Order: sequence, then structure tokens, then C-alpha cells
Amino acid sequence: MATSLREYRAKIKSTQSMKKITRAMELIAASRIVKAQQQAAAATPYARELTRAVSALATFGAVDHKLLTENPEPKRAAVLVIASDRGLAGSYSSAVLKESERLVEKLHAEGKDVDMYVTGRKAEAYFRFRQRPVVQSWTGFSDHPSYADAREVGDVLTSAFLIDPEDPETGDPEREVDELHVVFTRFRSMISQTPEVIRLLPLEVVEGEEPPAEGEVYPLYEFEPSASEVLDGLLPKYVNHRLYFCFLQAAASELAARQQAMKNATDNAEDLIQKYTRTANQARQAGITQEISEIVGGANALADATAGSE
Amino acid sequence: MAGTLHVELVSADRLLWSGEATSLLARTLDGDIGILPGHAPVMSLLADGVVEIDTEDKETWVAAVDAGFLSVAMDRVSILAESAVMSHDIDLERAKNDLSRIKSAGVDDDEAAEEVRRLEARIRAVEMAS
Repeated sequence: MATSLREYRAKIKSTQSMKKITRAMELIAASRIVKAQQQAAAATPYARELTRAVSALATFGAVDHKLLTENPEPKRAAVLVIASDRGLAGSYSSAVLKESERLVEKLHAEGKDVDMYVTGRKAEAYFRFRQRPVVQSWTGFSDHPSYADAREVGDVLTSAFLIDPEDPETGDPEREVDELHVVFTRFRSMISQTPEVIRLLPLEVVEGEEPPAEGEVYPLYEFEPSASEVLDGLLPKYVNHRLYFCFLQAAASELAARQQAMKNATDNAEDLIQKYTRTANQARQAGITQEISEIVGGANALADATAGSE
Repeated sequence: MAGTLHVELVSADRLLWSGEATSLLARTLDGDIGILPGHAPVMSLLADGVVEIDTEDKETWVAAVDAGFLSVAMDRVSILAESAVMSHDIDLERAKNDLSRIKSAGVDDDEAAEEVRRLEARIRAVEMAS
């Protein structure tokens, strides 16, 4: 009995130190969510102005651009999966990966080849373990993305989309991508994050400029140097910014998922500690009872023996 | 034409400056462009360089902008840049050091040239503001 009491005490101790760790991780995640949300809020003015400019351009410029044109026979699709670098975030990464598997299956069913691009070590490891080819992967920024990270990813993806199959030098029909899908996790609230798929390319400028009020006339823009060049410069920025938005959403979701997971872990540790304390007390009491009955039994035997010898 | 311009200077990760201004000077791919209230609507790509904003109370704000985008419509000016810094946030010593280091390193690729252009814009911004 005494050994098991010691075992229980050791278990309580290790659970307590585990609880300290999970509690600390919970608090860290909670404080970083606030930062992630501020970052997302700080990025909105740029998004607003950029969207306004792009939709104005698309409405009045009326120019074609490859990033806007739908390929009538899409043959190859790129999928960007945004997952986390670290685990301990509940089902965060596996939910994204499941969603991306669904998407890949759907694209295959539509007869398209799929190129995988991934960010986050978890996604990278997932595909490496299954020996599935990944065109390019980025890691190291899943919970604190910067605009530079988004730009790096965006430049690679945009250039894959823009490969001209007719061009004898850079044209490589094996690498030309006709559409780009992004799988990320949308941050709905602290307790709800849902994996989501958006088609980033070809671009659809959905958030159109508000229609002009009565009597107001839309400005007729001049373009400098020219409408197509402005569009050339602006659209990749738009793509990069949409990506940045996805990264920020994913980061906030990851932190929220981690906070939730760590909160559950802390609660479980508390339950365990309580359970172990109770069994330890029981074992201690059992030990005492046994000792008493041994002493009493010994004393009785001794009394019987002395009574017998008299 | 009387009135002021409403200017918003935003970089990808935050709003840098916004307010009313009397005039604005920026550098496009074709050359410098000055914007006064009542300017015709225009959309233009900016070259790496300096944006100068004069406000009503005779203040001047200068910012170094990496290849951005300018749009003007109905006295609303928005300047978008993937990254931009206000002159008072620029560390002049560091910019100068970085610049001389890159130049002495003698690497002559696109990346270095871009970095040089960016740093020169920053130094110019500080000099114009002072």
C-alpha cells in the first residue's frame, strides 16, 4: 500500500507540472489572438482602398487581363493549403487538411491535375509522410504572418498562373496553372473556426464599388502610364493582399484553436489531479487502518500469550 | 478651386497617415505629379520614391514609399504601398550605413538595385523633411 501511495503522489506532481505548462500556453495563445486581431484590423484600410481601386479599374478600364480571364478548359489547378507550424491546437490542422483532401478529390473528378503548395510544417509533414509531391512549401510564420510572407507566396503562385504556354522560353505546359484555390481557416469567433476554400485566381472582384448615388457621376479616370499597365501593377498586389488576409485569418484561428485545446487540457489536468488526490487519500487511509489492525492484532496476540503462560 | 484633399496613405499592414491636405507631390513612373484640390480623376503607378503632403496648417509630411499606387477622385487621394515609412520613423544613420554597405559589397543584381533605390528614397525623404 505504501508503494502505491508514493506512485499516486508522483502522478499528482507530474500532472501538476503539466497543468502549469498547458495553462501557460493557453495564456500565451490568448494574448496573441488580440495581437492577431489588431493586425487584421490594421490591414483593413489597405484592403478597402485596394478593392475600391481594383473594382473601379475593372468597371471603367474594361481591359482584359490574364489574372481576370477564365480559361475555358482548365487542366491544372493549384491548391494552397494553409496549416499551422506547431501542433497542440486541437483539430485545427487536421480540419484544414481534410478540407483540402476533399477539394483535391473534387478537382480530380473534374479532370484537373492538382499542384500542391503548402504553408506550415504540419501540412508539409502530412504530405511528405504520404509521399505526395508538393511543388513548394513555406514554414515558420503560421502564427505571426507578415505582409512580406504573403508577398513571397503570392509572387510564386501568381507567376505559376501567368506562365505563357505559347512562349517557347518560359512556356512549360506542365507547369501552367489555370486556377488557384486556397484552403484556410476562417476565424468566426473565439470558439468557432471553420475551414474554407476560396478560388483566388482567376480573380473575381466581388466587392464592387457602391453604385453612384442619384445625380452623382462616376469619375472618369485617367490612367498613367496606361490602363493595362496600372492593372498589371495592381492585380498582383490585390492577389497578395487577399493571401495576406487568408494568412491573418488562419493565424487567428490557429491561436484560438490552441487556446481552446490548452484550456481543455488544463481542465483535464485539474480533474486528474482531483481523482489522484482522492485515491491517494484512500490509499493512505487504508495504510493507516492496516497498521492499526496490525498493532491491535499484535497486542491481542501478546496479551493472549501472556495470559496463557500464567 | 477651393477646398482640400482628403488623403489616405496606407501600407499593406497599417494606415500610415490620413487627413486633409492642400497639396500633394508624388513620383510616378512617368515623372513627378502634383495634386491640388480639383484634380481630374487619375490612377497611376508610383515609382520608388518620396511622397510629400502639405496640410492646411502649413505642415509638411514626407513619406518614403516603395512602388505603390495612387488614385485620385473627387478630391479623395489614396496612396497604397506594400510598404511605406513616414520620414520621422526613418533611422537616417542606419539607412546610410546600409546603403554604403550594399554599395561597397558590389553585388549587382536586381535585388541589390531595388534595395539601393529603397534606401535612397528613405534618405531623400528625411532630407526633404528637415
